[in-house]
Amino acid sequence: MRSSSDVSNASGNSTSTVGPVLSVRDLRVEFDTRRGRVRAVDGVSFTLNAGETLGLVGESGCGKTDTALSLLRSVPAPGKIDGGSIEFEGRDLLSISERDMNRLRGKRIALIPQDPLTALNPVMTVGDHIVEVLDIHLGMRGETARSRAADLLSRVGIPEPRKRLDAYPHQLSGGMRQRVMIALAISCEPAILIADEPTTALDATVQAQILELLDEIKRETGMALLLITHNLGIVAGHCNRVAVMYCGRIAETASAGDLFRHPHHRYTAGLLACVPRLDRQGKGIFFTIPGTPPELTNLPPGCAFASRCDAVTDHCRSERPNLAHTNGSAVPGSTDHLMACWNPAAKASSDAGADHQTSARMAVAYGRAHDKSDA
Amino acid sequence: MSGAFTRYLAGRVFGLLMVILALSAVVFFLMHQVPGGPFTFEKQPLPAEQMANINRKYGLDQPVYVQYFKWLWAILHFDFGIPFQSPSETVVSLVQRAWPVTIIVGVITITISYTLGILFGITAAVWQNSWIDRVVTFVATLGLTLPSFIIGFLLVYFLSVKLRWLPTGGWGKPEQLIMPVIAYGLGPMAIVARYTRASMLEVLRSEYVRLARARGLPWHRVMLRYTLRNALVPLITVLGPSIPDVLTGSIFIEGMFSIPGLGRFFTSSAQFRDYPMIMAMMLMVAVLWGATYIISDVLYGLADPRMRVGGEVR
Repeated sequence: MRSSSDVSNASGNSTSTVGPVLSVRDLRVEFDTRRGRVRAVDGVSFTLNAGETLGLVGESGCGKTDTALSLLRSVPAPGKIDGGSIEFEGRDLLSISERDMNRLRGKRIALIPQDPLTALNPVMTVGDHIVEVLDIHLGMRGETARSRAADLLSRVGIPEPRKRLDAYPHQLSGGMRQRVMIALAISCEPAILIADEPTTALDATVQAQILELLDEIKRETGMALLLITHNLGIVAGHCNRVAVMYCGRIAETASAGDLFRHPHHRYTAGLLACVPRLDRQGKGIFFTIPGTPPELTNLPPGCAFASRCDAVTDHCRSERPNLAHTNGSAVPGSTDHLMACWNPAAKASSDAGADHQTSARMAVAYGRAHDKSDA
Repeated sequence: MSGAFTRYLAGRVFGLLMVILALSAVVFFLMHQVPGGPFTFEKQPLPAEQMANINRKYGLDQPVYVQYFKWLWAILHFDFGIPFQSPSETVVSLVQRAWPVTIIVGVITITISYTLGILFGITAAVWQNSWIDRVVTFVATLGLTLPSFIIGFLLVYFLSVKLRWLPTGGWGKPEQLIMPVIAYGLGPMAIVARYTRASMLEVLRSEYVRLARARGLPWHRVMLRYTLRNALVPLITVLGPSIPDVLTGSIFIEGMFSIPGLGRFFTSSAQFRDYPMIMAMMLMVAVLWGATYIISDVLYGLADPRMRVGGEVR
């Protein structure tokens, strides 16, 4: 694992060689708050390969957005990256200068925000935004930049792109504004696209169109997509691999199919059970994980999920589980199925297993339905 | 688009004229209702015959509505009458003599206090919670809470009496302007600084500024194109309406520093029941206020595309 990424570093062109475009190791993000120091991201490691979509899943406040913003070194104050390494194109992003980082932001690593309605400067036209990025990162100016900007708008499916260049953000709908954000993000053909809940603020029909657009762009450009979401249907329909986060740590990571079919971590299993089940009657349709995550200022010594887990053991309460291969061997950083659980669900009764499989099928079907509503 | 704008502007100006007309009528009738007149002296009342003569001379013997329409007619011919408190000149010549003085003090005060206020506000916001932010906040609070005449007294006491650096007052030399401008400008500067700081902080925390940084735009560019412009737009509505206030002078400042400006006439005209002056100054203030509001609204529209009339793409 390590050797393969070293080889790609040496060649200086990691996108063309086999191996991860990006590898994050032991990332930690801290927030100094009035109630004490909070570790929002606590030792997260993952890799991202060219052309794949990695889904980062978890409930609000689990650290998924801070993890993603760390890749741009844009964690909002008072948060700061406290340790670990982020290897990208042969460099550790955490040790390069701010100037060098600015050359990567928006150019090699780009971000699509959660809420497109507040993402654009209200006093600048759509064209101003795009031309500015083309100028700063690619030195494009004048008519060249404008026609490239129009091309980008038409690429993301905005009709009459020339005319839209002169439109102000408030003259466009939410879906159109998110398309503008995508056009901005792909304007310099980045290697990595981070989409932070890109469809949360949009209505359902537009959601599917935006996700389909992202898939298309990913297929064409071969870039890697880090898709942050709490919607398992989106994960099933659009992600190759998934990392489930809980309380600032990765609870489980696997290929999307593997995770849905064989969830190991109790939290993952719980999340899957939360997908609404129409094949069940009455209260069985909706399931929730009882309780709330513990305060990050006051984490228990053992597993953070212990207080909500229905299969908790004494071991879970006393010792924090680390990510390990599901067959028992510890292989951090690999793309295999890893989980951090002392009493995994896959060992549980066959009945529960069958239930998860149905949930998984439901989620996959939901994801597909999502795609079809686009057509 | 420009046709729509002309129509909008014409509508606003017409509206302003109507407001002023209504206002002038109300002020005119109210002013005549107030007991006492310009020539009633309590200690040595004029004999009834003289009183009748004077009243006839100035048309005060006629019904109020007749007086009003006569006044209106005269105004349309730019005849504002004769100030009762200074009958040797006309209202127009009095204003021409006194107003430029006030305008000089006012323009200098506005320029300096707004510029410094904006600069302090920006600095305080960019380095929020630093020592400079605390100093600005402290000075701004002082400027807001201390009345201008107390600041004036303190300045006179320290700079003129104790240190003997500056003359206590008067008009004609540049150094005589320093203390009035400080005393007068500290309040507006404080208001502007606080508004600018608050507005800057709001924009600095906004999503589009954060995302502009995440697109790799350099700090100075984000400051100029994303932060400053957006933060200063709302200031137009705060700064604009405070301009007429400063341009019409302050009786405290002009009285304290012996500045022969317009400010004192606001009080003296009311005291003397100086009907022509009261009406003239009412008109001045009303036109200034109305014009400032129209101008700030137009500027706001230019600065913020969301406020533009019509709303279609240029």
